[in-house]
Amino acid sequence: MELLSPAGSLPALKAAVDEGADAIYMGLKNDTNARHFAGLNFTDKTMTQGVNYAQDKNCRVHVAVNTFAHPDRSHAWFDAVKKTHDMGADVLIASNIAVLEYAATHYPELELHLSVQAAATNVAAINFFKQFGVSRVVLPRVLSYQQVANLAQDTDIELEVFAFGSLCIMAEGRCYLSSYMTGESPNTVGACSPAKFVRWEETDKGLESRLNDVLIDRFAEDENAGYPTLCKGRFNVEGDISHALEEPTSLNTLSLLPQLNNIGISALKIEGRQRSPAYTRQVTRTWRSAIDAMKKNPTEFQVQQEWNKCLSALSEGSQTTLGAYERTWQ
Amino acid sequence: MEFSMGNLQFYWEKDTVLDFYQKVADSNVEHVYLGESVCSKRRELRLDDWLEIGRELSKKGKSVVLSSLALLEAKSELATLKKVCLNGELKVEANDFGAVELLTEAKVPFVAGAALNIYNQHDLKVLLDRGMQRWVVPVELSRDWLVKIMAGCEELGIREKIETEVYGYGYLPLAYSARCFTARSEDRPKDQCGLCCIKYPDGRKIDSQEGLELFRMNGIQTMSGSIQNLINDLPSMAGLVDIVRMSPHSLEVFDWLDKFQQALDDNQRIPLQGYCNGYWHKIEGMKAI
Repeated sequence: MELLSPAGSLPALKAAVDEGADAIYMGLKNDTNARHFAGLNFTDKTMTQGVNYAQDKNCRVHVAVNTFAHPDRSHAWFDAVKKTHDMGADVLIASNIAVLEYAATHYPELELHLSVQAAATNVAAINFFKQFGVSRVVLPRVLSYQQVANLAQDTDIELEVFAFGSLCIMAEGRCYLSSYMTGESPNTVGACSPAKFVRWEETDKGLESRLNDVLIDRFAEDENAGYPTLCKGRFNVEGDISHALEEPTSLNTLSLLPQLNNIGISALKIEGRQRSPAYTRQVTRTWRSAIDAMKKNPTEFQVQQEWNKCLSALSEGSQTTLGAYERTWQ
Repeated sequence: MEFSMGNLQFYWEKDTVLDFYQKVADSNVEHVYLGESVCSKRRELRLDDWLEIGRELSKKGKSVVLSSLALLEAKSELATLKKVCLNGELKVEANDFGAVELLTEAKVPFVAGAALNIYNQHDLKVLLDRGMQRWVVPVELSRDWLVKIMAGCEELGIREKIETEVYGYGYLPLAYSARCFTARSEDRPKDQCGLCCIKYPDGRKIDSQEGLELFRMNGIQTMSGSIQNLINDLPSMAGLVDIVRMSPHSLEVFDWLDKFQQALDDNQRIPLQGYCNGYWHKIEGMKAI
């Protein structure tokens, strides 16, 4: 079972490699990937440096070209595929069928993984994407552990699951809440709740966070004020003010590690290309220790307090959850 | 330009549904979508019931399409999807690539639903080769984006083969989740939801703390808080859009169907308040122009 760490920048990539990630994933500095944030991602120069650094230490490089090609400049997505190939990356991660088809016909030797943004949740959908030569599917964070286990039994394709990080509660690639409120969405610009729409304001009623002028949350003095991702705001449902969709919390599957290993999951993905190199370093180190401990002695595996402590400190609202893996969350 | 009645996104009692389709049969709508696309637990009507309604509507001259589930998680849902795809009578709207796969295998022509995420002409080409007859534009795309896709189709030589449908009226389906928000809003676990969606025939409002209508919860689906209404945008659809979809949340949809059909003839602008049309104009979906 492979550990796949996020590399939002060259320093983050180096941190992940140094801490023992089996592979890292990155994106180009444009809207061809779903973490198109200011100051993040790779230029031609840093990508070359990153690929070399990782591969010198036997760490594989995955490149995400996982947004949806725009009709008038599809070449930007096709160029990103070409660059992934020409730079010697090991894997292309894609979701859009135009991009998958282009990769399959132009670079059939390039290993192809289906991005979570394609939201393939069932065997029939996986079979559809197999025609492009996809060898691994990254599963959306909507399946329960049992459903993942069933899928692992019913398909011969490699499965990758999210192990840790910010929790997207909607089927990825099929959520337009962000563009409804801001005009920009993960699918169209590669960002959810983009930072340029965020505004913070101290008011008499407390600290307010707004997205494109819409009040997302209001915090009392003793509360942790998180980024106003719009599905994690406090809203009013017929008089009841609550996190109507989801609390600010992160996914943490440490306790599921032996089970994920047993059902043959190929890779564990750590979310967070938008986070700091320090985040990547600490999360990679923790998961490396956990996976190694589990491999050494799967039956006796126990989650160490210090691992959870470290991960909680790096989580949204310092809270973690098993998310959809656990039926009660759903 | 023709009109379609979208499948019911909300959960209604069987009698209400049957009455509704009686009205659809008597209306002037040309195309009708039937079936459950949101939640597999909603079983007031079974596949056989939908097929029966489909037969009646076909007799009235409607072109009928069976809509399939958008988010499949359990194995049982895949089994149901197979039955829907292989129903042997009606065309199917594929709302997941799993459905596309099953329909392609069975060589059944299909409509590519809005949840498939078709963003460019190359996607359309791939799906055309697999039996797509019509596509529904993802709800977040603008007229401008559609113009560019059509120009791209022209270049690929497939423009004439493409039939395009746009959401014209109704709450917009914006997201699907593993979590059932409606059950959660009643403090019920999803596995013991008590089918509580049936109590909310047009969903449950999610407002900001300042009273702005943001979203509508509909089981595992999150919908737009405002109704999208493109009646005044019909002239800008000429030459681009073949079918305008009316997505029902109440019987009001029939009044609007009449108004839309009337507007095609007389080109009169209708004063609108409380509706949105931002997506079509390349701005925030919730805004109105």
